[in-house]
Amino acid sequence: MENLVDLHIHEALDLLKKKEISSVELTQSHLNEMEKAAFLNAYITPTPESALAQAAESDRRRAAGICGALEGIPIANKDLYCTKGIKTTAASKILSQFIPPYESTVSEKLKHAGTVMLGKLNTDQFAMGGSTMTSWFGVTKNPWTDETGAYSLVPGGSSGGSAAAVSAGLCMGATGTDTGGSIRQPASFCGVTGIKPTYGRCSRYGIVAFASSLDQAGPMARDVQDCALLLNNMAGFDPKDSTVSELPVPDFTAALTGDIRGKKIGIPAEYRSDNLNADVAAAWDKGIRLLKEAGAEIIDVSLPHTKYALPVYYIVACAEASSNLSRYDGVRYTTRVNGNTLDELYENTRTDGFGAEVIRRILLGTFVLSAGFYDAYYLRAQRVRRLIYNDFKQVFQTVDALLAPAAPTPALTYEAMKNMSPVDTYLGDVFTTPASLAGLPALSLPVTLSKTGLPIGLQIIGNHFDENTVFHVAAALETAANFNKRPHRVVKG
Amino acid sequence: MSFDTKQIQSIARLARLKLSEADREKFAGEIDGILNWVEQLNGVDITGIEPLTSIAAETNRMRADVVTDGDLQAELTANAPESVMGFYVVPKMVE
Repeated sequence: MENLVDLHIHEALDLLKKKEISSVELTQSHLNEMEKAAFLNAYITPTPESALAQAAESDRRRAAGICGALEGIPIANKDLYCTKGIKTTAASKILSQFIPPYESTVSEKLKHAGTVMLGKLNTDQFAMGGSTMTSWFGVTKNPWTDETGAYSLVPGGSSGGSAAAVSAGLCMGATGTDTGGSIRQPASFCGVTGIKPTYGRCSRYGIVAFASSLDQAGPMARDVQDCALLLNNMAGFDPKDSTVSELPVPDFTAALTGDIRGKKIGIPAEYRSDNLNADVAAAWDKGIRLLKEAGAEIIDVSLPHTKYALPVYYIVACAEASSNLSRYDGVRYTTRVNGNTLDELYENTRTDGFGAEVIRRILLGTFVLSAGFYDAYYLRAQRVRRLIYNDFKQVFQTVDALLAPAAPTPALTYEAMKNMSPVDTYLGDVFTTPASLAGLPALSLPVTLSKTGLPIGLQIIGNHFDENTVFHVAAALETAANFNKRPHRVVKG
Repeated sequence: MSFDTKQIQSIARLARLKLSEADREKFAGEIDGILNWVEQLNGVDITGIEPLTSIAAETNRMRADVVTDGDLQAELTANAPESVMGFYVVPKMVE
């Protein structure tokens, strides 16, 4: 049999059902691979003992005829999801010893579906970044290598540990979170599939908050079907999050019919700038051609306020972050640095516990909310946010979904990113923040390789609570693109 | 606008962050760069446009006013740097 870490979730479920493999075998294979690939630094906290115990329990349940929808499948959680009794750090120093007394709703649902958790995955600190370079636990390496065969590339971020782990065979699927592109951009960089569902589709309860009006949970996996299976078991109403929708959750796998004849696919003109990366432009053109050949109707559309999405995003997200992160004060969460006054204790603890990117965003957020600047920055950004939202609502009156690039480049090197200004790094979110601000579902899937052999993803954006159309179109594009490349099996050396 | 080290100092104070002289310089420069980039929003006509504060279509729901858990002080304060009998403890401050 082929190596178990190459299996997709739906294939493994089939083999488990036929009793050709056990969850313990499947889990052990992934734990072995995790050990071999430890140098990628995809995990902050691996949990091998509890994983094997959960796998053994899962095998017992299966033998007794009790099967969850994802029974026995080894997955991992981004270290932003609170896991009861298991360290949850948000990749920060300030939460480096935090052990949650409760479980996030989404990880609880995945447990309930029978999954086995292999551990907690690296991310940018408090999900702020697009490279995992802001993690207090060090960067994650992209399992795809550069032309010289060196592991010099970032996995993207913030869900970079999740994307790298799925790509390298260190888990079968992973949870991510997406505030301004944190699932879609790393999926593109690592050649995996990930979906940010509609804002309100998944509960945010127990997920360390970054920007509450934007944060959404979503799955990352090796194909569209696996993402649909995972999202089926992550989404749904939760009384513990007042923003989660009461709408029923459809079976997303039912949307994967493959027949997209007559579907109207919009191509947003504003996403095609003069200096668009040639590899990305070629991938986008390929996607358009493949959807057309599959019978879709391609329609040119305009989203006139697109270029304002990035500055709006950074104002809104930083404002919300400055408020959310005020809770880390040296009184309630593990670390404390004393001072002569209580204020000094707060200041010393926070300055010591937050990394530079987090401090920069708190400062910016505090400024745009401060007296005298609130109207000019924060309120103006919220008004422009509505215009961006209106653009999409208008376009979805004529098209079923939009096709656009997921990231402006293939994976970049650490060297290149190290020397960028904050604004230059923020430009990496140019294609993902518009859908985030509008709360729309958007999926990123790999379609081709760049000239230097790196994966490039495209993004399918759908209307609110219409993940079904997103999955439907994505599955057809996936079949047509037939992207079946994986990074070389990771061998230490 | 131009953002200087004095301004960054007052913002840092509001955010309960303590910045060294070097950090003040660095962050003032970076935030100045970000604010210059954000200026492009001033060119958008927002006349009569309501701010978008939330994407959620949900409105607040009522639920029965009943206790669903309790006696969690020990669990909830377990992560605190210091706690006594279910209370968070801060150092004694006499000003």
